[in-house]
Amino acid sequence: MRQLRAWLMRLKGVFLKDGRERDLAEELESHLQLHIDDNIRAGMSPQEARRVALIKLGGLEQTKEAYRDRATIPLVESVVQDLRFTLRQLRKNPAFTIAATAMVALGIGASVAIFAFVDVALIKPLPYHNPSRLVYVTETTPQVPRAALSYPDYLDWKKFNTVFDSMDVYNQRGFVVSTSAGMEMIDGARVSAGFFRTLGVSPLLGRDFSAGEDLPEAPRTLILSYAAWQKRFGGKQEIIGRPITLDETPYNIVGVLPSDFHFAPVENAEFWTTLNPGGGCFLRRSCHSLNGIARLKDGVSLQAAFADVTRIARDLEAQYPDSNRNQGARLEPLASLIVGDVKPILLLLLAGAGLLLLIACINVASLLLVRYETRKRELAVRRALGATRARLIRQFVIEALVIVVVGSLAGLLSSQWAMYLLKGLIPTDMLAGMPYLNDLGLNSRVLIFAMAVVGFATALFSLTPVFRLANLDVREGMAEGERGTAGKVWSRIGSKLVIVELATAMVLLVGAGLLGKSFYRLLQVDAGFETKHLITMHVRAPLSAYGDDDKAVALGRRLVTKIKGLPGVTSAALADTLPLTFNGNTDWIRFVGRAYNGEHNEVNERAVSSDYFATLQAKLLRGRTFTDSEDKTKPKVVVINQALARKYFSGEDPIGQRFGDIDVDPKSIKEIIGVVSDIREGPLDSEIWPAYYDAFNQSPDTSYSVVVRTSQADESLIPTVADAIRAIDSRINISSQTTMAARANNAPTVYLRRSSTWLVAGFAAVALLLGVVGLYGVIAYSVSQRTREIGVRIALGAQRRTVYRLILKEAGALALTGIVIGTGCAIVVASLMRKLLFGTAPWDLTTLICVAAVLGGSALLASFLPARRAATVDPMSALRAE
Amino acid sequence: MVSAKTEIWQGTLALMILKTLETLGPLHGYGVARRIEQISGDKLCLNYGTLYPSLLKLEQEGWIVSEWGVSENNRKAKYYKLTRSGRKQLEREAKEWNQTTAIVARFFAPTEGQS
Repeated sequence: MRQLRAWLMRLKGVFLKDGRERDLAEELESHLQLHIDDNIRAGMSPQEARRVALIKLGGLEQTKEAYRDRATIPLVESVVQDLRFTLRQLRKNPAFTIAATAMVALGIGASVAIFAFVDVALIKPLPYHNPSRLVYVTETTPQVPRAALSYPDYLDWKKFNTVFDSMDVYNQRGFVVSTSAGMEMIDGARVSAGFFRTLGVSPLLGRDFSAGEDLPEAPRTLILSYAAWQKRFGGKQEIIGRPITLDETPYNIVGVLPSDFHFAPVENAEFWTTLNPGGGCFLRRSCHSLNGIARLKDGVSLQAAFADVTRIARDLEAQYPDSNRNQGARLEPLASLIVGDVKPILLLLLAGAGLLLLIACINVASLLLVRYETRKRELAVRRALGATRARLIRQFVIEALVIVVVGSLAGLLSSQWAMYLLKGLIPTDMLAGMPYLNDLGLNSRVLIFAMAVVGFATALFSLTPVFRLANLDVREGMAEGERGTAGKVWSRIGSKLVIVELATAMVLLVGAGLLGKSFYRLLQVDAGFETKHLITMHVRAPLSAYGDDDKAVALGRRLVTKIKGLPGVTSAALADTLPLTFNGNTDWIRFVGRAYNGEHNEVNERAVSSDYFATLQAKLLRGRTFTDSEDKTKPKVVVINQALARKYFSGEDPIGQRFGDIDVDPKSIKEIIGVVSDIREGPLDSEIWPAYYDAFNQSPDTSYSVVVRTSQADESLIPTVADAIRAIDSRINISSQTTMAARANNAPTVYLRRSSTWLVAGFAAVALLLGVVGLYGVIAYSVSQRTREIGVRIALGAQRRTVYRLILKEAGALALTGIVIGTGCAIVVASLMRKLLFGTAPWDLTTLICVAAVLGGSALLASFLPARRAATVDPMSALRAE
Repeated sequence: MVSAKTEIWQGTLALMILKTLETLGPLHGYGVARRIEQISGDKLCLNYGTLYPSLLKLEQEGWIVSEWGVSENNRKAKYYKLTRSGRKQLEREAKEWNQTTAIVARFFAPTEGQS
């Protein structure tokens, strides 16, 4: 305790030097006076008295030294001295200080912000028990990599597998609930009873679903998400056991999920209910509507599990050839389903930020080197006066630390800001699919990463001059002053660093160029219809009122007629699935009058109303489209897309041909009446699948999208259209009100590409700037070193042009080397990110040439300024300057 | 073992300082030095300067406090005063010192016949 007190006093002493020294001096002075007085009283002469007193006191300086050592902590004191010296040096050189700290801040800010995203998405474990043992289970077909499970298949997989501790299924589903805001559609999910147990999640409140509650006859139960509990029920405890009506069916609330629970595949589901499979789809092995999750048994590898479910799939294929032909199994870690899409992009961005950090660090290191060169003389003097090498090294380490600490504090602050900015740029729809981003922030892992970066930068910055210090020759340093061999040595190291910078900038620029070109290509993709001036919204009519087919058809007709009558609307139509959504909702078809060997001709199936193609402005290539009067009373008719015609009717006229389901059940037979141009049903970067369109009136539903073509401004008409629909029946729920252009623009594929392109382009622009500034630094330094030589040359009659050439040649060689090395690296890097490219080769020549031209041009500009200074050197003053 | 020696010396010097302050009350550095010399019967000849780091150490540890004052012959001087914890510390150290010297003394005492 006493020791600690003494240490603290001494530490305090480090900072209170001046007052203490004065105090001691006064005390010793008074000591001497007292002693002299005594001596005089004892009869000595004043001179003698003073002499004796001084002798008795002992060495004054030793006393002061011993006192000082006791008053402070010597090591700390000299470090503080160095620190003060460094701060003074940095203050005297504001341009250097600001440039260096800003570059460190930029590099650290960008890389920490991106790392924080990588951390929440890829490093932080999912909020389930032992999440690495969870797998995502689906079927797979040659056309659909992740095909949903059918209910009978799920039951068989669950029963016959030997590799899962448990297996459960879920599917996404919205529920219409009567709230104070009218009929509201609320996101939800249906799960089998063991779903939460498989994930290893227990409810915060109430209970989990119990076994058997997911059977058809069981009473309906419901578990709330934490957010729904807070938002809709005010977080009241007594909610458990309360009844609630969803989709006109009574449910009982049995539990509430914990606040940190999220399950990205069903986005922001608020209501979780049991599956309770009714009839219809759940009875048929060919109706695929469920997604599976399973927990691997201890010691079972993913491969072993895959082999086991593949065996089951093959057995089922043999047993049920009609429905299960080519239905394989697919297993993947659950994490890859949740973050699989963003993983390559995040890694790309992390690599980009890392390269930026590298360039920033190299720039700062070379600035430090230049500083070192200009301080050579000072260092040589200090060395000659007896400073140890360790002491000089410590000086550099402290200088590096000051720059890095200040820079990284600024960097950390700006990274916090960048994180929220970046997160804010993600469209809400997509954010719902990334619940893990809620934890974004400076957590301990991110801070450890930041510390590692800081450590690396400090080491780099302090070691570069230290490395040079090793062969500091005192004599040479003092004699040489500012010019000579040492300068040349620096130019050599500095120019190597610049080559690395330029090559790195080249890699980033090429990356940005390729991504930009891919994005451009993506936007050039023909959607197959006119996306401008198109309003879309989803409607859901109550089943009790419109469940009957005739009533549903009547409602559809009323909707279309009413909307068409609105001012500003040109046409309107209905579709069960909108274009640019997904490929899927498929049907297996079999052509009448053709040989059949059980293959699955899998094609997209869409139900659309009569004006659909006209409203989308898709081209009718052959035959005709539906009429409004073609309903259940008329023979079934379909319109096919070009892809279907090409695949199954090459060289034939498809009009008048017929097809049905795989049993060619007479009730399923449909006649082809027209061919339309391909409408892209899936995202812009997906393939076009064969598709056929049913007449809505022959296959009506109560839940579908409305598509409205407007003559002018589309967005402003959205409320008018919604009001018109509500005027028909206020119980109709309307959701997803937007325009087709906005849908296309905010589609995940477009968004991810656009944002990664902008970010990488931003990194590349900064890298270009830093690289060019670095080149400028080297050339300018070299010119300043050679002023005398250039003066001599000019005095001896060299032309200005020759001088220009001399300098530009030096710069050109550096830039060219950087560009060549950079091109090589860029092609390698681009091959690694091939997955992210669209319609663009990694070695895309135009991109490479453009980037090289940009980089070369900027380099030329950067070296032109020092070259002009060299060429305008006045020989007289250059020679006299020495 | 120079350091061990100095440590012992410093410890002893500290004890002497504390005892001096206890006996004479608040006193300046010069007075303490003179007193130590006098008590030792001029057998201990010390450079007065070495006293000051020791005084500082005692002050840092909280055994004594210092204050500027005026000496009897009207000179400005820094006075040191024993604190309460310093007094206790002195008691403890004095006891330890007595025990130690007693033990050491036994070793050097003329051997008596053992019974």
